[in-house]
Amino acid sequence: MRKFTALMTAVLLVAATAGCSFAAGAFKIGGTGPLTGGAAIYGNAAKNGAQIAVDEINAMGGIKFELRYEDDAHDAEKAVNAYNALKDWGMQLSLGSVTSKPCEATSAENFADRIFAITPSASAVAVTAGKDNVFQMCFVDPNQGSASAQYMVTKKLANKVAVIWKNDDVYSKGIHDTFIEKAKKVGLKVVSDTTFMDGQDTDFSVQLMDAQKKGADLVFLPMYYQHASLILAQAAGMGFAPKWFGVDGMDGILTMEGFDKSLAEGVMLLTPFNADSKDKRTANFVAKYKKAFGEIPNQFAADGYDCIYAYKQALEGAKAKPDMDRKALCTAMIAQFTTMKFSGVTGNNMTWGKDGAVTKDPKGMVIKNGAYVGLD
Amino acid sequence: MTFLNFVISGLSLGSVYAIIALGYTMVYGIAKMLNFAHGDVIMVGAYICFYSVSRFHLPPIVGVILAMIVCTMLGIIVERLAYKPLRRAPSLAVLITAIGVSYFLQNSALLLWTSNPKMFPSVVTKGSLKLFSGQLSVSYVTIVTIVTCIVIMICLTWFTGRTRMGKAMRACSEDKGAAQLMGINVNATISLTFAIGSGLAAIAGVLLCSSYPTLMPTTGSMPGIKAFTAAVFGGIGSIPGALLGGLMLGVIEIFAKAYISTQLSDAVVFAVLIIVLLVKPAGLLGIEMQEKV
Amino acid sequence: MLKRYLNLKRGNARQIFFTYMAVIAAYVILQLMITAGVLSSLMRSMLVPICAYMVMAISLNLVVGVLGELSLGHAGFMSIGAFSGVSAAIILQGVLPYAPLRLAAAIIIGALFAAVAGFLIGIPVLRLKGDYLAIVTLAFGEIIKNIFNNFYMGIDSEGISMSMLTDKTRLLEGGRLIIAGPMGIGGIQKLSTFTAGFILTMVALVIVFNLVNSRSGRAFMAIRDDRIAAESVGMNITRYKMMAFVTSAALAGAAGCLFAMNYSTIVANKFDFNTSILVLVFVVLGGQGNMLGSIIAAAALTILPEKLRQFADYRMLLYAVVLIAVMLCKNNESVGEFVRRFAPRFLRSGRKEGKENG
Repeated sequence: MRKFTALMTAVLLVAATAGCSFAAGAFKIGGTGPLTGGAAIYGNAAKNGAQIAVDEINAMGGIKFELRYEDDAHDAEKAVNAYNALKDWGMQLSLGSVTSKPCEATSAENFADRIFAITPSASAVAVTAGKDNVFQMCFVDPNQGSASAQYMVTKKLANKVAVIWKNDDVYSKGIHDTFIEKAKKVGLKVVSDTTFMDGQDTDFSVQLMDAQKKGADLVFLPMYYQHASLILAQAAGMGFAPKWFGVDGMDGILTMEGFDKSLAEGVMLLTPFNADSKDKRTANFVAKYKKAFGEIPNQFAADGYDCIYAYKQALEGAKAKPDMDRKALCTAMIAQFTTMKFSGVTGNNMTWGKDGAVTKDPKGMVIKNGAYVGLD
Repeated sequence: MTFLNFVISGLSLGSVYAIIALGYTMVYGIAKMLNFAHGDVIMVGAYICFYSVSRFHLPPIVGVILAMIVCTMLGIIVERLAYKPLRRAPSLAVLITAIGVSYFLQNSALLLWTSNPKMFPSVVTKGSLKLFSGQLSVSYVTIVTIVTCIVIMICLTWFTGRTRMGKAMRACSEDKGAAQLMGINVNATISLTFAIGSGLAAIAGVLLCSSYPTLMPTTGSMPGIKAFTAAVFGGIGSIPGALLGGLMLGVIEIFAKAYISTQLSDAVVFAVLIIVLLVKPAGLLGIEMQEKV
Repeated sequence: MLKRYLNLKRGNARQIFFTYMAVIAAYVILQLMITAGVLSSLMRSMLVPICAYMVMAISLNLVVGVLGELSLGHAGFMSIGAFSGVSAAIILQGVLPYAPLRLAAAIIIGALFAAVAGFLIGIPVLRLKGDYLAIVTLAFGEIIKNIFNNFYMGIDSEGISMSMLTDKTRLLEGGRLIIAGPMGIGGIQKLSTFTAGFILTMVALVIVFNLVNSRSGRAFMAIRDDRIAAESVGMNITRYKMMAFVTSAALAGAAGCLFAMNYSTIVANKFDFNTSILVLVFVVLGGQGNMLGSIIAAAALTILPEKLRQFADYRMLLYAVVLIAVMLCKNNESVGEFVRRFAPRFLRSGRKEGKENG
């Protein structure tokens, strides 16, 4: 009998401690992104941004997170492998993938496994289409394209517009297509529509000459900043000085090491995040990021940061516990995300629709004296 | 005028391909090996120059020399550790090892210098030479690149044609066994070839990034493949061929973009390459070897 | 009958038998592990791509190892197989509701398209030699990628419409854009299974072994070892080369289709120069002409980067180091001799053969 009591006490003790560790346990959040290869800037930025948020939240007490990012090298196959590695690790909540095509592949897995996901930056419509448990922190591509065209018309920025875009990039292509569509509707005249692709992304003279010859007074650049920086430099070399208009991928150009900021003078862009903002939360985030990684965060980092805080808010709203299983968490998260309002560094009062797309206001920015200034 | 402008853009792109192709063709001509890591040595050269100029504020010329020294050393070390033990192995084994080295260099660069792109400060005075009352402009970088290409081409031709070491190199490329019998240190000669090739890569890296200034760990890989194509186009192993091939490839690429389609230019460039190789199976200036029975 | 079919009497029968047995054994063990639930989801998710890479390696080995020509554009055929096969599967959705049958049809169609492309590309390519042949295959690989990046195809009630450069398909209500240029194909129904992958691997092995150990196969090797001598005894070199090239392209197309049907989305950029090189690495690492070597190398090198995940940032760096080290061990005589002493017999035979021939 004594033996039995001892045994029972032991079992109870173990159960109790196990329970304890569960209660104090952390939500396991996993994400995949390109940490190596040509797209590594985006993956590392999102990862670092998310990590800062996790560290902040863990220091606060209350909800605890454990974050793990796996490399997908901007490739759908490796993204699915990375996703499964995270699943083996015990991922409960997912950050999807950082880039669009890999995220399209992993979100299909998320949907099949009923693991909730919010991607910081995969902006294609296909990422969320037909999946009730995949959400986005960034704008959907079409949203940006039509918003940009609308903006140009309302503000009477240009008579003749040229577009240069990256043909083999889902992001660039998505924005370009809706931009052209919207431009037709609102009577914006697109005189030059040229493209480039991987392996041909060094020389832009043909595209720029075409725009120049056709008298474009505004050039729209739906692309990421490393290409945009080359285009700006080459246009300056040619003596071609139209108005420049970018999208959120342009953000980061000012913080490129060695970049001649005068090249970007007057560049306009619609972006939800602005590292120079006087906003307290943003300033805190930028300072911490700079301290930890020695760089100024770009919009990917900000989106990663916001994802974690959105999770915090949703989990608190649902009173979720880390020992809940994935399915239950998934259902709770869907209910929260479709009803809650979230304010972060990339926007205030964001809401999500049932389709997973976010609604937030893009901010029109213009670069003046090497810094962003609000356009409105 | 537009046409001439396109020609000039083509030449400026081509000159960059040409200078990379010179290094490729040099190593291939002597060591009979496709050094796929060449593009990544270029990237290393560009980073060294970037850091010496941007971070340590050294004069550009010192940056270039530093880059050359580092790349030459790197070339020697890589050759000693990875290629030399494979001297007698089939050429495919060396090719795969070169790819391994390429991965290694890219990923080391990623760890050392992070993935964030850097804007390369031009080592050549900015601006351009204006002709025909400003209708035509040639940037100084392009002029410097083309002149450098020609100087390097002449030096290499002289070196391989006239000097003792150069003759030894040609002997090795012709017949390693016979060269050894004639008292040539084949191993040392091939190592020297790599050292020269890597030094050239450093210059190519600096000029590549002076023309097209975004610098990332993957910067060298695509221009590397293009330059390899250019070298084959001109006849791989032929030093003047590399120059010609590079310039032609650049001009064709720009023309394809300007007159056919910016979307299909890659396909056009490669289709031209295929046609040229079908007409001249050893490239433009390559010598077709007669097979002996 | 079975023995004759599997070609056990002829050639290096023991090695062939061992290869078949190894593949079957691996399949059975893995299936048992899946049923027992001891295989991690990571490993489970990699089974199909590994099978696809195995078939790719076997098919490229036919060109590189047996025929002795270097191809740097093999991923192009994989691409053709993937795009045509997946499109076929989508189009056949209503006609063939039974999934395995639809997968089989898709793979066969993918293989056929790739074979036709292989034939057309083979006409110019096989006139060239050595490194020039290699660069032309590279060029074709890039051209295929470029074309698929600008190719649009859709289906609606009026049939299939295609266009280049921009989407001019103008689909009717209820139509579906199948290939969307640079966005590739999305929303693919994942039909590929491990069993399908295993069957395809076996089929590829049977085809290649039978081809290699036939009259044609001996002709391939004669051409590889001494082209001029082969020509002088009246062999039709182009015909044999074409035969190997087309077979290889068809198998690569089948592999591409299997691969693509395992993911919900596929883009043309996936099948680029790097993928061609990856497959070439499998072949060279496994030993030219050694099919079992290719299979093992394909599996090992696909799993390796995943197993290196624990090293986080240093993962791909270590991968590069392992790759270089393995090449050195395999090809440097002093290191190689040491390793070879401990290597099992079946691994040795292929390499020895390669040496004698090389």
